[in-house]
Amino acid sequence: MVATMEKNSAADAPGKVGTRQFVTFYLSGHLFGVDVIHVQEVIRAQAMTRVPLATPVVSGLINLRGQIVLAIDLRLRLGLAARKSDAPVMNLVAQTSDGPVSLLVDEIGDVIEVGADVFEQSPDMLKGVQRELVEGVYKLKSTLLIALNVNRVIQVGGPSES
Amino acid sequence: MDDITRDFLVESNENLSRLDQEFVQLEKDPENTGLLASIFRTIHTIKGTAGFLNFPKLVSISHFAEDILAKMCDGKMKATPATIDALLAGVDAVKDVLATIDATSAESDKDYTPIIQRLKAIAEGAPAEAGSSAAASPARRLSIKAAVPAATVAMEAPSIVTAPVTTPPIVTAPVVPAPAKPVTEVPHVEAPHPKDSGDVNVVAAEAVKSNTADSTIRVEVSLLDRLMNLVGELVLTRNQILQFAGTLENKAIVNSSQRLNLITTELQENVMKTRMQPIGGVWNKLPRLVRDVSNSMSKEVDLHVEGAETELDKTILEAVKDPFTHIVRNAIDHGVESPDERVRKGKSRRGTIRLRAFHEGGQVNIEVADDGGGIDIQRVKRKAIQQRLITEEQAERMSEREAVNLIFRPGFSTAEKITSISGRGVGMDVVKTNIERIGGAVDVINNFGHGTTLKIKIPLTLAIIPALIVSANGDRFAIPQINLRELVRLEGEAARKSIEWMQGIEVYRLRGNLLPLIRLRSVLKLEEDTRATSNAAGANLSNGAARDEIVNIVVLTADNQVFGLVVDSVNDTEEIVVKPLKSIHAFAGSTIMGDGQVALILDSAGLLESADAAEHKEEIKQAEVVAVEQADRSTLLVFTLDEQMRFAMPLSMVSRLEEFQISRVERTNDGEVVQYRGQVMPLLRMASHVGVTPPTDASTLPVIVFSDGERSIGMVVHKLLDIVDESARPQVENKRPGIIGTAIVQGKTTVFVDPYALIEAANPGFFRRSQSQPVFVQNSGRKGVRKILLVDDSPFFRNLTRSYLEFAGYTVDEASNGAEALKRLSVHPVDFIISDIDMPQVDGWKLAEAIRANPELKHLPLIALSGLESDDVRRHSTSSGFDRHLVKIDREELLKAVSQLATERDRVMELASV
Repeated sequence: MVATMEKNSAADAPGKVGTRQFVTFYLSGHLFGVDVIHVQEVIRAQAMTRVPLATPVVSGLINLRGQIVLAIDLRLRLGLAARKSDAPVMNLVAQTSDGPVSLLVDEIGDVIEVGADVFEQSPDMLKGVQRELVEGVYKLKSTLLIALNVNRVIQVGGPSES
Repeated sequence: MDDITRDFLVESNENLSRLDQEFVQLEKDPENTGLLASIFRTIHTIKGTAGFLNFPKLVSISHFAEDILAKMCDGKMKATPATIDALLAGVDAVKDVLATIDATSAESDKDYTPIIQRLKAIAEGAPAEAGSSAAASPARRLSIKAAVPAATVAMEAPSIVTAPVTTPPIVTAPVVPAPAKPVTEVPHVEAPHPKDSGDVNVVAAEAVKSNTADSTIRVEVSLLDRLMNLVGELVLTRNQILQFAGTLENKAIVNSSQRLNLITTELQENVMKTRMQPIGGVWNKLPRLVRDVSNSMSKEVDLHVEGAETELDKTILEAVKDPFTHIVRNAIDHGVESPDERVRKGKSRRGTIRLRAFHEGGQVNIEVADDGGGIDIQRVKRKAIQQRLITEEQAERMSEREAVNLIFRPGFSTAEKITSISGRGVGMDVVKTNIERIGGAVDVINNFGHGTTLKIKIPLTLAIIPALIVSANGDRFAIPQINLRELVRLEGEAARKSIEWMQGIEVYRLRGNLLPLIRLRSVLKLEEDTRATSNAAGANLSNGAARDEIVNIVVLTADNQVFGLVVDSVNDTEEIVVKPLKSIHAFAGSTIMGDGQVALILDSAGLLESADAAEHKEEIKQAEVVAVEQADRSTLLVFTLDEQMRFAMPLSMVSRLEEFQISRVERTNDGEVVQYRGQVMPLLRMASHVGVTPPTDASTLPVIVFSDGERSIGMVVHKLLDIVDESARPQVENKRPGIIGTAIVQGKTTVFVDPYALIEAANPGFFRRSQSQPVFVQNSGRKGVRKILLVDDSPFFRNLTRSYLEFAGYTVDEASNGAEALKRLSVHPVDFIISDIDMPQVDGWKLAEAIRANPELKHLPLIALSGLESDDVRRHSTSSGFDRHLVKIDREELLKAVSQLATERDRVMELASV
């Protein structure tokens, strides 16, 4: 399934054959990426309405120009340490089959193009990060780019799951 | 006009307008078989539908046109201009007929023979002759007449013209050409000229066209949905701007925002209307259903429909379609009896099912009523026990209403055998779920033996709903108005004291009923310190209540249950657009508020579930029984006689409260009187009887009026203070006649008086002279009831009841519970027993059973006098041996019952002694 997705998105992505473009962002100092075709927009912190009884991963709801969008705290979703309450936060609004979903991240990075040759599937070193949410890792020159599977990330389930 | 005809007209007119173009093309390109086939199909469809709808003229015209076209398709005939012209004339004739149908729902008696003949001739192979020169005229619209040979026109014209004149569209016809044509045109119609007649016809045709064909347009529902959504957003933006404009001084902005407000409201209303359809559309298939179902069950059923034009949102209509089928089926299957049975019961052979729809209070009300046998509660309970939906104990405790609602339980069925129609235990629960899903509610009104009425309330539209905005812990929530019953605000002392704990849940007494409370903060876990509430109940009694200075209770309904939701504050009502939210039980969706913030919409049924209140349901019910029996709590009238001492008496004893001008008081040798309702009413200065000194007289006299039958007596007090609901357990002290004792009411010491004793002391024999005096006291012979045993654990009620009975001439013995009563009975025989139900040790029911089982006592008349009031309780009382079950405490009713039972007993004794 991961393989087919990759093929599709590789075909859709501009640039050289076999390369993909990622919107990158930081969480707890790690570099993560989401395929650019899944990204609708990036916006600053929004007024958030929390959803009682929901899993802590659900940060709340935001009003995106008249559309109500679920915001997921990506740190908690990936099993990373919680963000300090006063830390800055950005909304990365992803397009999913369930409509737009906002992923809360620490900081937005560049859009970068990576080749399939530096791709590696689910390496063992990714401790702490829930592995089924990760497509794989791109070994960049200075750092690693962890590519997330957006459609899995947004499956946060009901209130009981956590 | 019915819907099928309307659809036919819309569809045909669409096709015909295309046909004009296609014919023109065909003239240029006679060999185009694709074009021919398309034209053929159109005419063919019209012919088929016209035949089905029984429009013979339309059929004949289109039949021959179709013939010609078929031959052209087969290549047997050429599309010559003359032929096409004849065909176009035919199409015009078809249009003409359609226009008449549109206007009058029927074909006119206009004669289309010429055109039919002409088409027939061509179809049969004759060359398209004669009219060809006329047909070449560009005025093709007039060609129906123009194409007809001149001689015919002279004869036909009058009938052609007058026919449309008599039809309704002509009435509107002059409106269309009015700006262009002089009004004097009308006389022309009456004295027609062949050419004018053509003109008039065109006018008529144009006017008619705008009726159905041009005034409707088919639109995708999804487009309407999109429009609806956009309008929803516009409404919200409007709200934001209004809020903002309210803070501004700028007159121009305020003005234009007001205009925006008006326009948006109107736009919203109109867009909403685009989605509205009459409910008749859903009901249309019911007559057939009723016929089929009743035939298959050998029943005779009539269907009456009222309010079929009531409009509903399309989505809602879709949602109620299936429920209606179920309901009507059920009504025939379970409701209406077989014809023979109906005749036996003295009803007409044919049963009736009535459907009624009407708008009320922003909702659509729909009633489905049958005049069948109604719901047999006992049978429903038995079935529910059999099907293990409830236990026998639960069945015992159930009120009639709850039992009726069992029919909505999943899996419930009363059908003895499974038929193709019902008995599978699916149906009514689906009905309820479907209707509740769209924010509606179902209620059953059962009239056993005479029929059942199902009342359904559904919202007009789903997209925008009125909601109440509340907040808790800083978060705002919307509550749909449809779930809202009322708002209760408790302040200060009331907030601290009136919330009680019962069986581990908080309750509030709302007008005598126990209202289970759910705190929004705790059910949504909005607070960190939930430790207090999750502790054992004993430790935190009144913990929640104690810290509140103000308690806001939003009274909500869900699943036929009423509960109170405690919120921090109640803000405002707002129209909200519901946006779906991924399933979290407590929320029905989310919405964007006027300020752009997102708010969650509370789902009352979900809240109840989340609060686990469903589990407590049994406890709540038990608590209710306990509470009612604690009903020393009664409504008290509090008053004062001297500004210092407070007095109270049960309000139930009082007939009216009046205030008389002091000048109206007259004197007779019996004392003070006033004229009151055409009678002379004696006044009693209460202060002097109780032994307090009243302040100097005011100009008006507050008077408590007591009535007994026709006679009234007024008790003058100094001031009426309040009417309170409070539990009163006065410390009994029999120092003075008319004084029962003292108790704390509203935190103050209050003296409880017995007005009857006071009146008796002041005006001896007043009540005995009255007309409702027990019959048997008058013939106080050797027989008769003399001594009554009064059993009640509450000294207050014992005292009160005793005073009633003693004034009526009985001797009263007392016992404080069933065990004591039995003990006393063995020593002091009595003639009559009146007993409370809920008492310690041996309760009233056990007492009654013991008495009925004792050969010495079993003949005694027994009256239950209780605060409990329900059908089940009454039944229990009857089955355990009570002759009557009375509710505390109506003096006249009690005395009447005693007197009746006593007379009966006397008669029996008399017979026995003969």
